[in-house]
Amino acid sequence: MNQIIREITKEHLKADIPAFRPGDTVKVHLKVIEGQRERIQVFEGVVIKRRGSGVSETFTVRKISYGVGVERTLPLNSPKIDKIEVVRYGKVRRAKLYYLRSRVGKAARIKEIRR
Amino acid sequence: MSKGILGKKLGMTQVFTAEGQVIPVTVIEAGPNVVLQKKNNEVDGYESVQLGYDDKKATRAVKPEEGHAKKANTTPKRFVREIRGMEGFEVGQEIKADLFAEGEKVDVTGTSKGKGFAGSIKRHNHSRGPMAHGSRYHRGPGSMGSIAANRVFKGMKLPGRMGTAKVTVQNLEVVKVDTERNLLLVKGAIPGPNNGYVLVKSTVKSGQ
Repeated sequence: MNQIIREITKEHLKADIPAFRPGDTVKVHLKVIEGQRERIQVFEGVVIKRRGSGVSETFTVRKISYGVGVERTLPLNSPKIDKIEVVRYGKVRRAKLYYLRSRVGKAARIKEIRR
Repeated sequence: MSKGILGKKLGMTQVFTAEGQVIPVTVIEAGPNVVLQKKNNEVDGYESVQLGYDDKKATRAVKPEEGHAKKANTTPKRFVREIRGMEGFEVGQEIKADLFAEGEKVDVTGTSKGKGFAGSIKRHNHSRGPMAHGSRYHRGPGSMGSIAANRVFKGMKLPGRMGTAKVTVQNLEVVKVDTERNLLLVKGAIPGPNNGYVLVKSTVKSGQ
């Protein structure tokens, strides 16, 4: 990437992003605007992928909501994200956990590791 | 009044709005440009301003170029273009990215990337034939027209060299102007490769 482009996107980069990888369970605190009011909504689930670099890096969180799989892909440096909390570190052997989509219940578990 | 500036495409990236929306932008290094010449009605028959951008290596410049640049008290430039209808500039004056402001609409002209010898599907957006069921016609150019003419009419869309052409993208929004680094951030894609020269002009679209 061009050095100048790296510099001008620097102001959009967040400094307080915790280290997390695919397989980890995270709580994403999202800023939701309802009319005039702004509140925080928490989206908790397993990170199934991270892609891109710099300002355009995104990550996808998957959770099961009322029996339906829900995935949200968000820019890592989005101003809509208040904060990201890592709840649990998972042990996985690949970078993209698409195989979780075809698994339910016990089969969709991820082993925890202490880091 | 139209206005314009010469620059170099540095590449694409994205920026966030305050609401958290992502805008894809192209970063253009716009200027510093130098006004090399002013053309007028009496001598040249039309009015325009000639701009130059990016210094040329001294060994590559020829004498006429050197003399031309010397009139504007500068060195020979690699990229020289004329802009019509640009008023209020003097020879030798420097033009920088602050010529444009945030929210303005611009047209960007550049030389598109070369695609080599391309088929009519890629070059003219033709459709392809069926790939299966023994069609035996997949990516061909189609019919050559009437057989009664005993020739192929001029202008028939056929395979050939594609790209490396002058392309203008109109009505792009200036998202940000960085006066410190002389950068323009323009919403969307512009023609040409990274480090290619481009001409940024105020748009001809009426909405402006």
